[in-house]
Amino acid sequence: MEFGFTEEQQMIRQQAAECLKHECPTGLVRQLMESEHGYSHELWQTMVEMGWTGLIIPEAYGGVGLSFVELAIVLEEMGRALVPGSFFSTVVLAGQVLLAATNDQQKQCWLVPLASGKLRATVAATESNGRWDAGGITVRAEHQNGQFLINGTKLFVPDAHIADLIICVARTGSMEGVEQGITLFAVNRHAPGLTVTPLKTLDQTRRLYEVSFEQVQVPAHYVLGEVGQGWTIWERVFDKATIGLCAEMVGGAQAALDMAVNYSKSRIQFGRPIGSFQSLQHRCADMLLLTESARSAVYAAAWVASQDANDLSLQASIAKSYTNDAYRYVTGECIQIHGGMGFTWEHDAHLYLKRAKADEVTFGDAAFHRERIAKLIGL
Amino acid sequence: MNLNYTPEEEQFRHHVRAWLNEHLPRDWQQLARAQSKRMDEWMAFLKRWQRQLYEAGLAGISWPKQYGGRGATMIEQLILIEEMARAQAPNMLNISIGIELVGPAIMHHGTEAQKQRYLPKILSAEEIWSQGFSEPAAGSDLASLQTRALVKDDSFVVNGQKVWMSWAEYSDYCILLVRTDPTAPKHKGISFLLVDMRSPGITIRPTKQITGEAEFSEVFFDDVVVPRENLVGGLNQGWNVAMTVLAHERGTSAIGYQVRLRTELDGLIRLTKQFERNGRPASQDPLLRQKLAQAYSEVEILKHNIYRAVTQIMRTGKPGPESSIIKLFWSEMDRRQKEIGMEMLGLYSQLVHESKGAIDDGWWPHAFLWSRAGTIYAGSSEIQRNIIAERVLGMPKG
Ligand SMILES: Cc1cc2nc3c(=O)[nH]c(=O)nc-3n(C[C@H](O)[C@H](O)[C@H](O)COP(=O)(O)OP(=O)(O)OC[C@H]3O[C@@H](n4cnc5c(N)ncnc54)[C@H](O)[C@@H]3O)c2cc1C
Ligand SMILES: Cc1cc2nc3c(=O)[nH]c(=O)nc-3n(C[C@H](O)[C@H](O)[C@H](O)COP(=O)(O)OP(=O)(O)OC[C@H]3O[C@@H](n4cnc5c(N)ncnc54)[C@H](O)[C@@H]3O)c2cc1C
Repeated sequence: MEFGFTEEQQMIRQQAAECLKHECPTGLVRQLMESEHGYSHELWQTMVEMGWTGLIIPEAYGGVGLSFVELAIVLEEMGRALVPGSFFSTVVLAGQVLLAATNDQQKQCWLVPLASGKLRATVAATESNGRWDAGGITVRAEHQNGQFLINGTKLFVPDAHIADLIICVARTGSMEGVEQGITLFAVNRHAPGLTVTPLKTLDQTRRLYEVSFEQVQVPAHYVLGEVGQGWTIWERVFDKATIGLCAEMVGGAQAALDMAVNYSKSRIQFGRPIGSFQSLQHRCADMLLLTESARSAVYAAAWVASQDANDLSLQASIAKSYTNDAYRYVTGECIQIHGGMGFTWEHDAHLYLKRAKADEVTFGDAAFHRERIAKLIGL
Repeated sequence: MNLNYTPEEEQFRHHVRAWLNEHLPRDWQQLARAQSKRMDEWMAFLKRWQRQLYEAGLAGISWPKQYGGRGATMIEQLILIEEMARAQAPNMLNISIGIELVGPAIMHHGTEAQKQRYLPKILSAEEIWSQGFSEPAAGSDLASLQTRALVKDDSFVVNGQKVWMSWAEYSDYCILLVRTDPTAPKHKGISFLLVDMRSPGITIRPTKQITGEAEFSEVFFDDVVVPRENLVGGLNQGWNVAMTVLAHERGTSAIGYQVRLRTELDGLIRLTKQFERNGRPASQDPLLRQKLAQAYSEVEILKHNIYRAVTQIMRTGKPGPESSIIKLFWSEMDRRQKEIGMEMLGLYSQLVHESKGAIDDGWWPHAFLWSRAGTIYAGSSEIQRNIIAERVLGMPKG
């Protein structure tokens, strides 16, 4: 039992931290926020060169073949730097679906270019009902003459505009037995009938889109896994992506805490640094308690994900429900401690608050996950 | 990172589990419930129980063999504590003060003679210990303590008063902080003594607690003579020794709590399914489900926090100020958990031990009251936050 990182894992973290400090300063984040797609090709290339796009993809498909723990380490650093763009949607969402659901031919076709950074992808799961459970999937795909026709609208799809491939979670069966009859499709973003419309959102560091399908034709060999068996695959990817997002969130919380503590040491009011006032000290101590506790939950969950253990869903829900509250709280406190300065556009504090709110509702809010925990523990 | 145990560790876990299965007295919980009335019987039982553990090589297992331990690793210690808690075995009588506090203090700062004289008897429960730190005017501000000791010939002569000394009535020895140099700055004039509780001049007055029991006492020292050889860590060097004690009190002693809190929560979850609330099983109340799920998460996270801290201790050799995070976390969440239990029980939360209709014989109201102590003793929540801010986050002193 060793609940700490190996030397190799610590090195991966250090390299990631160093790299992002130079290649993704908040100046760049702000610049990308104001750009059309919130994406930088140079930054993407840097991440490819670091080996991150292939981090958890087996060497046989051009990846590095490391475990989910190493991915979580890198994601934590990305969250700290507020990395914009499509890494999460490509590697943590689409990458894991492709890893879990594809045959060898499909892996050659999509996983290999994904590992080498040539292919960007995303997953279109949620709809206007805002649900994360199987009952929320109403976009339909009909089998017709050896191909599928997809109709309907997906909402809140990350990075759809720069994705080459959109994996669509669609219903091929009836609504009864909601978890059956769901199928995963690989859809070319340029397929006729597919429209991507940007949404204006709170957190501009991660772009969301509406993706509508109107008689979009998908060949049968673009089905990922078995027809009608997509939900179990998506559910496991959902759990792992949730844990991955939590790792990012912990990194963001740490950044907000560091910012607050540093500011409190240098800002003088009433003739002394504000960090010497006990009320601020206690706020910071609670911020640390929440950040560290979220971190423990996330590392444990990442390890469970790396082992594909049975309690994956439970650990994912524990991590997400706790981290949701922790990240939101810590980023709010960060603004409070900065006083008027924290309320300005110019200061970075609001970037983290916005990320925290967006992450909080992505893959389920705390109440959703607590209800899931309640069921899983037999309540 | 590897959260699995080695085959040897798993084997040790099996050994402990089997031993407990065979030796754990079945009726101990009834005795525990009646403890306020039959304290002597309860104490005798606990002494026997610890003696048994000691003879099986299961007391203070991470201590060196020459002092009665087993020379085991922190992980094995963690496994033992977890298994004890899982089997709902009674704690060792001497564990919270003798084994967890006095032991490390003597081990780190004591002379060889002190180690040989005291350590084995702590493990075997032959000698029970208490902790005389707090005074009426020195609680959180421990260094302002006033109990004096004058050096006279080959002894110290102690005068003063201590408060809130847990188990004082039943203890054979205490660790005592005294002022030996009133002219020095407050931290510099303190010495750390090992005091025989049967010495002439000691008066013990039990203090009734909010639970109705009297676990702690006021203790008066009136010209109490303590031999010079009972000094630990040098004259006026007692503060360092006290810091060792406090670090252990805040850190590793929480290992067992997470299993205990989990067992209590499992009990609450079972109860929630049987207990009606507004005409339906309480387990179907959406708000209660949310709170129970949160409580469940917090216990899991406490466990992970502790495992991370244990790994850190194994790598660096000692608990750091981070142990304040664990102390703050468990004591505050324990309170939240007991509040959920009381909320669930509604009207029944008022019914205490031996009342007609009391649920679980009034365990919840009792636990609810007890949970108010955890955020006060071993450094209050406010003191933990101060330590975290100043020593972990490096914020400027107030
Ligand atoms: C939207 C907005 C509009 C405003 N409009 C105006 C305006 O029209 N005119 C104007 O003059 N000002 C205005 N202000 C400024 C406002 O009054 C100040 O922001 C406020 O007084 C706090 O001062 P500060 O920002 O310098 O923070 P600081 O004083 O630097 O405080 C930083 C942090 O330290 C804490 N702190 C400071 N001192 C102590 C202490 N003794 N004990 C414990 N904690 C302490 C604070 O609570 C805060 O959390 C505005 C501010 C905002 C956000
Ligand atoms: C059940 C129980 C068992 C105990 N057993 C023992 C024992 O065996 N041996 C022993 O020596 N002692 C024991 N104690 C005493 C315990 O260590 C003290 O109660 C504790 O140190 C707090 O001191 P105090 O009670 O004097 O409170 P005070 O120090 O008077 O504190 C009162 C309040 O002020 C707050 N406060 C104090 N200082 C600060 C500060 N700097 N910043 C912010 N807030 C502050 C505290 O957090 C608290 O809320 C026990 C206590 C309890 C409840």
